[in-house]
Amino acid sequence: MAGPASPPGFLTATLQKAVNWARTRSMWPATFGLACCAIEMMATGASHHDLGRFGMEVFRASPRQADLMIVAGRVSQKMAPVLRQVYDQMPDPKWVISMGACASTGGMFNNYALVQGVDQVVPVDVYVPGCPPGPQSLMHGILTLHDKIRSGEIVR
Amino acid sequence: MSNPPDIVTGETEAPGLGIPGAAPPGTPGDDARRRTHDLWLTGTESPGEMGRFTSEGAQEMLAEEAPPVLAAQMGSLVGDDYAVAVVSGTGDTQIINMGPQHPATHGVLRLHLELEGETIRRAKPIIGYLHTGMEKTAEALTYVQGATNVTRMDYMSPFFNELCFSLAVERLLGIEAPPRAQAIRVLMTELNRVASHLLWIATQGLDVGALSMMLYGWRERELLLAFFEKVTGLRMNHDYIRPGGVAADLPDGWEDDVAAILDEVPRGLADYVALLDANPIFKQRTVGVGVITPEECRAFGVTGPILRAAGVAWDTRRAFPYSGIERYEFEIPVGGAGDTFDRYRVRLEEMRQSLRIVEQAAAAMPRGDYRSDDLKVTPPPRARLDQSMEALIHHFKLFTEGFKVPPGETYQAVESPRGELGMYLVSRGGAKPWRLHVRGPSFAHVQALPVMLADSLVADTVATVASADPVLGDVDR
Amino acid sequence: MSPASFDQGTPAGRVLAGLAERFPAVEWAAPLGDPVARVAREGLVTFAAAARDAGLDTFIDLCAVDYLARPAGRFEVVVHLLSMEPPLRLRILVALAGDDPSLPSLTGVFPGANFYEREAYDLFGVRFDGHPDLTRLLLPDEWEGHPLRKDHPVGAVPVQFKALEPQ
Repeated sequence: MAGPASPPGFLTATLQKAVNWARTRSMWPATFGLACCAIEMMATGASHHDLGRFGMEVFRASPRQADLMIVAGRVSQKMAPVLRQVYDQMPDPKWVISMGACASTGGMFNNYALVQGVDQVVPVDVYVPGCPPGPQSLMHGILTLHDKIRSGEIVR
Repeated sequence: MSNPPDIVTGETEAPGLGIPGAAPPGTPGDDARRRTHDLWLTGTESPGEMGRFTSEGAQEMLAEEAPPVLAAQMGSLVGDDYAVAVVSGTGDTQIINMGPQHPATHGVLRLHLELEGETIRRAKPIIGYLHTGMEKTAEALTYVQGATNVTRMDYMSPFFNELCFSLAVERLLGIEAPPRAQAIRVLMTELNRVASHLLWIATQGLDVGALSMMLYGWRERELLLAFFEKVTGLRMNHDYIRPGGVAADLPDGWEDDVAAILDEVPRGLADYVALLDANPIFKQRTVGVGVITPEECRAFGVTGPILRAAGVAWDTRRAFPYSGIERYEFEIPVGGAGDTFDRYRVRLEEMRQSLRIVEQAAAAMPRGDYRSDDLKVTPPPRARLDQSMEALIHHFKLFTEGFKVPPGETYQAVESPRGELGMYLVSRGGAKPWRLHVRGPSFAHVQALPVMLADSLVADTVATVASADPVLGDVDR
Repeated sequence: MSPASFDQGTPAGRVLAGLAERFPAVEWAAPLGDPVARVAREGLVTFAAAARDAGLDTFIDLCAVDYLARPAGRFEVVVHLLSMEPPLRLRILVALAGDDPSLPSLTGVFPGANFYEREAYDLFGVRFDGHPDLTRLLLPDEWEGHPLRKDHPVGAVPVQFKALEPQ
């Protein structure tokens, strides 16, 4: 495999493109609905906004079948180990979207009970701002993640 | 705890500025940081770690020979003559865990179910996975900011949280919102009730396998959310109803939007009736499932549609009216069996009644100001800020320091879509609440789940939990 | 507010007057019009049972309040009961000393008090004697301290703003 310094050859570049295309086109999210944002996440998947347009309508209840975790809502100190366990159970490659102010930074609840940002527990790829982010914001976050995957390399 | 706050100033030494692990050992902030830091490094995949992390917060079920009071709570009669459930057969039971990350628990509810074969003998809800410390945060926010905090508790009915908080503050202040504000409050909260029940009917349908119900429910709900967004600027978590009135007047053309809602939603409701009412699968999954009696409801503090489905015509809007709701005509739908199907019927009828109230409120919307004329709580109009220095100072003081509320305590209740939402507000004369306790309806309902689940089948768990309509933000706060 | 001042003409007033007559030691008040009974902790269970039998049979709420320095006692446990027929709310207050915040559990009278008492124990450290399972409810088991006490910090983590490093 070509290193980052030397440009990839024709074969690897094409393979990389094909794999990344496939990854973006069938990304299955794990349901990790926690609070208010989960309702908006459901709205994004439901009839009006229809996440199925991006090949993502299959929300998986089992982390073993998912490659994207959308952390939708505030993460409490009690929930953090559970979140990490779900993340560990997901097969590689996997991505995380931190949806909403609470998941990203703790939001307005800067107190004893909340983890101040889910990036303290799992690595986050895309942060979606808003309280809660509307379905359009979440879709924008997902498309941003698609861009990130398409322009990245297939092995990290 | 080694660094208690200064009692006079309330200031605390911040735990660990910048450098991880620099917090004084033993402080809560330090523990939390170290724990999350450990998680980052190790993960939870190794078996030892997994056991360490997942057993926490899961107090085991008590042994069968626990006191009779507890046996009663684990699902049998309440009252003086406790009938402790006799475990039949071999007595071999197993305990399975459900949640907190489970698609059918409506959030992060966790249940321990003790099974004998396929039958649930006892159930134990474990909560706290969404504990946000909102009651503590409320003590650090002024009354002006308070509505922003409480609206995020029961996120499916945000208007009711704001209304309850505002009414409690207004009660302590001794002021009343003007007639137009009251009518707007009724209009918005009743529309919110419809939106909440629509979400409920969508997820209840999904949980018993009617996926099309999910899609239909969201179809109508989007209509209401679009209206909320137009009025308040947000689809959820509005911070629209505030002490003294509402944040802004209804936008131009609101009558047309409400008329469209009154036209479209009943058509949707007719669709649901056609889809579910005589649907044999839906009836088999819901009739006789999750039964609770009126006596059990009272002992556990269960209110709202669950209580009404059990046959008690109790509604806080009737008994303790607020915001002039007594001026509107509506009926209280009542069931009889107290099962999941009756809850579906009651909620469906409640949506129709709420639309009736909305129709009356829209038709008779009074003119006038949408905020109280008490300058102590009401900020000056935006246009005045450009002209008057005093108005600017007043505005600044109101939004930085807030207004002071006379000492006292009050309990204010409203009828949220889930039941009685109450707030116990204690003021000691400052600009921030001394204590705000929220009595969420879902909290009592989750507590009563063992009663509804006892001696039913595992497969019915999902239908029963969905029919209780718990919002975990309301349970854990 | 003396018991004689209850409006005997209304059913709700008669319920309160009946309770006041049976329990002469209870102090009554009506701030903002809400009936409030202040009970000593030894008499709480008997009083709550009598209130239940008098019609206040719906358990609504139980919470604790930390008044920090207060002559009557640092903590206060607040119970709300509801009667549906006639419509009536009753608030019961129990003052507790700061060095011994314990009182008898109400779970024997109202099973619904279970979670509320566990919450009060979790957040305030108020102990309920006779509770069947007095463990933490909202916070993890190994948590130390009771966060809603006034001498407990909010636990805020300071927000740090960082400039982006030039790439």
